[in-house]
Amino acid sequence: MNAVFSFARLGAMLIKEFIQMRRDRITFGMMLGVPLMQLVLFGYAINNDPKALPSALVSVSQDHYSRAMVSALETTGYYRFDHVVDSAAEAERLMARGEVVFVVTIPSDFARQVDRGGKAQILIEADATDPSVASGAISTLGTVAQQALTRERGMAAADPEGGLEVVVHRRYNPEGISQYNIVPGLLGVILQMTMVMMTAIALTRERERGTMENLLAMPASPLEIMLGKVLPYLVVGAVQVAVVLSAAKLLFGVPFIGSFTLLLSAVLIFVLALVLLGYTISTVARTQMQAMQLTFFFFLPSLLLSGFMFPYRGMPLWAQWLGEIFPLTHFLRVIRAVMLKGAELPAVAFETGVLGLFIFIYAGIALLRFRRTLD
Amino acid sequence: MPAIDVHDLVKRFGDKTVVDHVSMRVEQGEIVGFLGPNGSGKTTTIRLMCGLLTADGGGGEVLGYDLATDALRIKREVGYMTQRFSFYEDLTIAENLSFVARLYELKPAGEYVRRTLDDLGLTSRRNQLAGTLSGGWKQRLALAACIMHEPKLLLLDEPTAGVDSKARRDFWDEIHRLAADGLTVLVSTHYMDEAERCHRISYISYGKMLATGTVDEVVRDAGLTTFIVSGPRLETLAREIAKLPGVEQVAPFGATLHVVGSNAAALSASLRQLEEREGVRVAAGETSLEDVFIQFMADATDNMQ
Repeated sequence: MNAVFSFARLGAMLIKEFIQMRRDRITFGMMLGVPLMQLVLFGYAINNDPKALPSALVSVSQDHYSRAMVSALETTGYYRFDHVVDSAAEAERLMARGEVVFVVTIPSDFARQVDRGGKAQILIEADATDPSVASGAISTLGTVAQQALTRERGMAAADPEGGLEVVVHRRYNPEGISQYNIVPGLLGVILQMTMVMMTAIALTRERERGTMENLLAMPASPLEIMLGKVLPYLVVGAVQVAVVLSAAKLLFGVPFIGSFTLLLSAVLIFVLALVLLGYTISTVARTQMQAMQLTFFFFLPSLLLSGFMFPYRGMPLWAQWLGEIFPLTHFLRVIRAVMLKGAELPAVAFETGVLGLFIFIYAGIALLRFRRTLD
Repeated sequence: MPAIDVHDLVKRFGDKTVVDHVSMRVEQGEIVGFLGPNGSGKTTTIRLMCGLLTADGGGGEVLGYDLATDALRIKREVGYMTQRFSFYEDLTIAENLSFVARLYELKPAGEYVRRTLDDLGLTSRRNQLAGTLSGGWKQRLALAACIMHEPKLLLLDEPTAGVDSKARRDFWDEIHRLAADGLTVLVSTHYMDEAERCHRISYISYGKMLATGTVDEVVRDAGLTTFIVSGPRLETLAREIAKLPGVEQVAPFGATLHVVGSNAAALSASLRQLEEREGVRVAAGETSLEDVFIQFMADATDNMQ
């Protein structure tokens, strides 16, 4: 007889948890429905590549080069010229009021410069308070404008000297953030939300329903109870990961550069840390209500300080340090590096290690806090 | 080796002493009734004995294992039936039993479950969710689950609360069958008829053990004298009797009054005067267990004040 761990007893816990999970239709539905709903909602609502953005055109001349340039910009789909104004000052006001996202200025000597084969310039000012809004529009700009001009002049594109220079001014916030941040980040946020919440009520539910007394009177060890409570959620987590990653690819076309195995390993470690965190909460909370409150107490700062909502580097140093205590912060670094930059293991080993450390910390606290008696 | 041999158990919650130097000895194969009013410390004492609570003082052995150091062994060999139904309402009867069987590492689990279902007549309801069962069936399931691992000691905490007479009768028949096979049973209850079905009883009040022994011993040791009084206008008579010296309890039973007191001489002197009245008859009666318990409760309240 082994008092600390037996597979048979762990099996008993696991089977019971799976049956209860299946019977609880609403919770089960939430576990599968919530990730999909959140992903679609946030994925589409938080659009990194918005089109038909309101724009102002500052153009004094009405030559065919200028017209060609404007129609070329419009055909990209990003620009919608609602305002044609005469002065830069008026355009400035429009942008300050937030009525336009772009101000495109075609100087009066544009046609002359093109005809002379000189350096023709156009100026695009973008409202970069939310930098991701403008990034798509700006990135297509150079080539589109160049092609339009080349077509209009009827000459070969390979003209190194007589090129067109597009001057981009990102206004209000000169530093942009990456375009595909949101969807990989959502994987972390969705997992955190469901995994922590579901496991945070693991023990409080037993306590509130009065079944804890019985469970403690039977020979189940703290380790068996803990693993029996959290391991079923690894399966739920796996389903969520599959859903989110497929959607990321199919619905949002998020690029996937790095190693899939590496990504899944990181996700596994992250999910294990999360379910143990939830379980730790359930050893602290007395009621399911308290467990929910503790979960949200943890949830909001982790959302704000992890770099999911706001750029991590933009926060003051103390907030950055605070952000380090959340598994989500480290997971976001790993998943963004692997998915978007194609990072290999050595590059993310440290952050993955930190995630692993959370597993031991949470499991340790939970086992220390677990009482085998009702005292 | 006695099944339970604990002495001077103390348990405090905050500054309230819930169990106050309770000692108990239960021999193997005995059915011992554990009685006392609500909040007297019965549940806490039972929890101390199955390792669910740690004692603040005292100690002893349960099934030969030390309470302080061998709580895990005790858990394995004791069957504990909680006061409140504490199996999983969202699991079926069979699923609950198979959970318990696996947790106790009974092999093969399926065989144990099938046999237990058969023994308790639960087979036809095996796939019913526990939450949809009536009180009597829940009690059967709970009993089935806590005897499946063949414990040597059964601790039952008010097992028949809220269960109808037929189910209670069946339940006690089952308890006696199990005891005949050598199982020791400690059962807490409020019901006098159940107390009388036990080999011995222990009475606890405000955390203190007040009496222990067979029903006859407890009644005898209480030293109460009982008279049965009958006559016209019983209610007026009862109020009158209550004021007489030596009278401690007056309770109507049908067309008669049970008059109880601990001072036999004073009581009979008081009642002899009544006998001279028209139509009033006084006869010696037998003190019942209930009379004794009411007396205990009255005394305990006096002590607290």
